[in-house]
Amino acid sequence: MSDLRDLYQEVILEHSKTPRNFHDLAGANHKAEGFNPLCGDQFTVYLHMDGDTVRDISFQGAGCAISKASASMMTQVVKGKSRAEAEKLFERFHRLVTGEEPPKSGEDLGKLAVFSGVSEYPARVKCATLAWHTLQAALEGQAEAVLPDEE
Amino acid sequence: MTTAARNLGTGLQASQAARAFSPSELQKIRADFPILQQTVHGKPLVYFDNAATSQKPRAVIDAIVRYYETTNANIHRGVHYLSEHATEQHDAARRAVQKFLNARSANEIVFVRGATEAINLVAQSYGRSHIGSGDEVLITGMEHHSDIVPWQLLCDEKDAKLCVGPIDDNGELLLDEFAGLIGPRTKLVAVTHVSNALGTVNPVRRIIELAHERNIPVLVDGAQAVPHLKVDVQELDADFYVFSGHKIYGPTGIGVLYGKAELLNAMPPYQGGGDMIASVTFEKSTYNKIPYKFEAGTPDIAGAIGLGAALRYVSALGIERIGAHEHDLLEYATEGVSQVRGLRIVGSAKEKAGVLSFTLENVHPHDIGTILDREGIAIRTGHHCSQPVMRRFNIPATARASFALYNTREEVDALVRGIEKVREVFA
Repeated sequence: MSDLRDLYQEVILEHSKTPRNFHDLAGANHKAEGFNPLCGDQFTVYLHMDGDTVRDISFQGAGCAISKASASMMTQVVKGKSRAEAEKLFERFHRLVTGEEPPKSGEDLGKLAVFSGVSEYPARVKCATLAWHTLQAALEGQAEAVLPDEE
Repeated sequence: MTTAARNLGTGLQASQAARAFSPSELQKIRADFPILQQTVHGKPLVYFDNAATSQKPRAVIDAIVRYYETTNANIHRGVHYLSEHATEQHDAARRAVQKFLNARSANEIVFVRGATEAINLVAQSYGRSHIGSGDEVLITGMEHHSDIVPWQLLCDEKDAKLCVGPIDDNGELLLDEFAGLIGPRTKLVAVTHVSNALGTVNPVRRIIELAHERNIPVLVDGAQAVPHLKVDVQELDADFYVFSGHKIYGPTGIGVLYGKAELLNAMPPYQGGGDMIASVTFEKSTYNKIPYKFEAGTPDIAGAIGLGAALRYVSALGIERIGAHEHDLLEYATEGVSQVRGLRIVGSAKEKAGVLSFTLENVHPHDIGTILDREGIAIRTGHHCSQPVMRRFNIPATARASFALYNTREEVDALVRGIEKVREVFA
């Protein structure tokens, strides 16, 4: 079961059971919905933007352990970040879970590094990125996230 | 015995009379399927995704290889040796389907790509010429997307209405309410014979009777039925019956539309092209007779021959015995998984085919699927192209194990152990 534990790390399981920032957001001025038609996973990401800064962020919805934990941890790491910083994080996170390149030394993905195991499970990459695509849509002022085919 | 297991007791009378396969018979059957001999992630492959597609016996693979190695040529009109032989084998495959469904004539068997194309053909040809503004098409609440969307496209175009017969908490059609929806504007009824997501066997004989009282034709989606139970289209009096080859141990890309000759004869062509015409001028073309009128272009010749081989394979084993074997596995698996804490079976109809859909408390089906995969066990997770069914049960998805003639009780044991492992990971 050791390889399964690479995917289902304790932190991921813990976040999937007790997701953080898992509610709607009263002062939200951006909101987007992300839907994975392959599995029916669905999340809404709420943003309270203060100029270019993510003042507050939350999410709601249903999905598997990977997608829920990813959404939960995403809300933690992007809170307080600028839009550019959040997008940069997504870029790096995306490279991590698709296994495009190993995390460069000095690149601090912080707690998001626990998702590196996803790269061994190509069918689950979309689970890990669903919330991030939804965040991207919300940042761009779109109501719905469009998931790319190639993931 | 659990309630769910007991409920299955009355299912499929025909199958009950037949014997399930003995261990030695089963061993021989498994040896017919080359793909089953492999390991996945270091574990013996346990293939429980049969409702999505079934594996192929050596007889089917060999028939396709033999065709390409010895016979390949385009059919019809060829005067040379190979073309005549290819045509002969293609015709033989059509007769094999006719015999399998007990159709009156081989002309009532139209080869298509699969059940989906067959339904689209009926919607576009019969539907567009018979359904108008304000008319109604009636389906059930347990249809696959392939028996919903073609009718939606038609209804949108014609300003007609799609009506849906509701199902109950066991996943059974509420027949009285369904009958109540058959009205003066109903122009077509389309129902699945067996639900892919729930396993429910619908009372299609009765549904057809009800519709015929008002002279309404009925299309039956048999994609999940033909691999498991004896289908006789004359006895059912079905107007259209469709299925896919790949779910009944044949190749992908080939499927069947059965239609009563008088209906097919009166229907306009679906696609235009070669083979479907009698004569062509730039002013006007006249169309070939059935079934060729609906088979434009060079068909999947090897696919049809492979399907013929698959039907012969299934018939030699006996569809009733296959049904009995799968019924035994379903009862055994229902009993086994019922012991798993937090597991809920979705779909507990009295008449049920070999489909076990379930959810596990606090674990998403996708995570179940990934963990079982590492145990070498292939199941399907998701909405099974039946999102309305998922909504009906207020769940986003299920995990689904579906059984075939080559599955064993030992494999069911492995499944139950695998689900326990899922619980450990998420404990």
